[in-house]
Amino acid sequence: MSVPRWVYVPAAAGALFIVLPLVAMAARVEWSQFFSLIGSDSSRAALWLSLRTSAASTVLCVVLGVPMALVLARTTFRGQGALRSLVLLPLVLPPVVGGIALLYTFGRKGLLGETLDVLGWQIAFSTTAVVIAQTFVSLPFLVVSLEGSLRTAGQQYEVVAATLGARPTTVLRRVTLPLVLPGLAAGAVLSFARALGEFGATITFAGSLEGVTRTLPLEIYLQRETDPDAAVALSLLLVVVAVLVIGLVRGTRSSAL
Amino acid sequence: MNRLVATVAAGLLLSTVAACSSDAGGSSDDARAADKPRSVTVFAAASLKTSFEQMKPKFEAANPGTTVTFNFAGSSDLVAQIQQGAPADVFASADTKNMDKAAADDLVEGTPANFATNTLEIVTPPGNPGQVDSIDDLAGSDLQVVLCAPEVPCGAAAESVEKAAGIDIKPASEEQSVTDVLNKVATGEADAGLVYVTDVKAAGDSVVGVTFPESADVVNTYPIAALSGSKNVELAQAFADFVTGTEGQAILEAAGFAKP
Repeated sequence: MSVPRWVYVPAAAGALFIVLPLVAMAARVEWSQFFSLIGSDSSRAALWLSLRTSAASTVLCVVLGVPMALVLARTTFRGQGALRSLVLLPLVLPPVVGGIALLYTFGRKGLLGETLDVLGWQIAFSTTAVVIAQTFVSLPFLVVSLEGSLRTAGQQYEVVAATLGARPTTVLRRVTLPLVLPGLAAGAVLSFARALGEFGATITFAGSLEGVTRTLPLEIYLQRETDPDAAVALSLLLVVVAVLVIGLVRGTRSSAL
Repeated sequence: MNRLVATVAAGLLLSTVAACSSDAGGSSDDARAADKPRSVTVFAAASLKTSFEQMKPKFEAANPGTTVTFNFAGSSDLVAQIQQGAPADVFASADTKNMDKAAADDLVEGTPANFATNTLEIVTPPGNPGQVDSIDDLAGSDLQVVLCAPEVPCGAAAESVEKAAGIDIKPASEEQSVTDVLNKVATGEADAGLVYVTDVKAAGDSVVGVTFPESADVVNTYPIAALSGSKNVELAQAFADFVTGTEGQAILEAAGFAKP
């Protein structure tokens, strides 16, 4: 399909709109000090914490999200549409709202908090709280992309496998999951990226302490107060990580074609 | 395709014309008014929100035709915005450090005036479940204590109080702002926190304050100044004078601020 020539004008404007702020930020980086700025103990602690928590929440997303996507894509029941909308809610909610909701669920005085407290599990101000916040906001990304893949893949292979005598679990393991593996990988990477950038729910729900709950976005927000140069350098670091992640998604997508 | 281009171009032209004519309407309105409406934009520390909003109608009544607009945020955010050319007429900072930053960049008109001081107070959830009654209780116990991060003014003050009292608090979290600390305490996530006297007062029944003598050693001073980038320095100075004047001082005192 050829695109009308005038389309290029707004398209270029849109691309510029996204790229220009990144260029402006890169131009502000004090390159001579870049590595000392991002190499400070607090920055390294924040980056390491971000990578660890994002990996943990991605695993949680896969464990919880794959069954959710299967139920949404392969079954029909009353209220399914409403359920799907609810599951996608964290996509459109301001993360701060998610943080407040989590506080009233897992907080010390929250719905489940006192029960968890009795069991000796203190979530407040712990790294677990960060993982919970990140999982809450990034789970829909995995569910949406995997449900899409499941619907695109269709059910004919599954039906054939079933008629040949494969049991549902075998069909899932040998047919369905291998078929949608690229979609699953892309969804997982997206979830990871969303978790890496998570800020609002974390600061509202988990707090901010170096090495425990202060992830890279929180560290950037705090550094702005005293050391704007470090904040800009760390922002660029986060952009680089995000670009690598997007590259990874594109890699898995193109291999799927 | 050419038709489309023409339509878009015509649309753009029309909207430009519309914008021009509405501009013209606005200026004729201005001419009709006896006094040309004037406005003063005040960049003020978040802790001043309640007090300054109470001053707004009084200042506007004393200066007919004047509108006061506020931008409340953390003082360091405000300085950064002013440095980047934000259209501010007055700057009221929660500490002298940030005012000095603005002054160092020649953004301040004249000398800043100190108009209020604030001290720290321990804040606990209603009923004080952790039974905190002195600053020593915050150190070395298994209470969940939240402070501001040392990078922000309330955290720097908390650090100074620790030094003055000779204790070392191990916080469960170092929050970004007073609001974050208050929120963690009010929801019962934390057993205690350190915020300003005025914040405890403004939070009402949602928290309980515990005063401690060592707080007198760390006094935060609030300076205000008209900004040199203002289009109406006289009016900006008038607002600053109102804050340091009798009426402004009475409002600040009612909110819990002390005199400098």
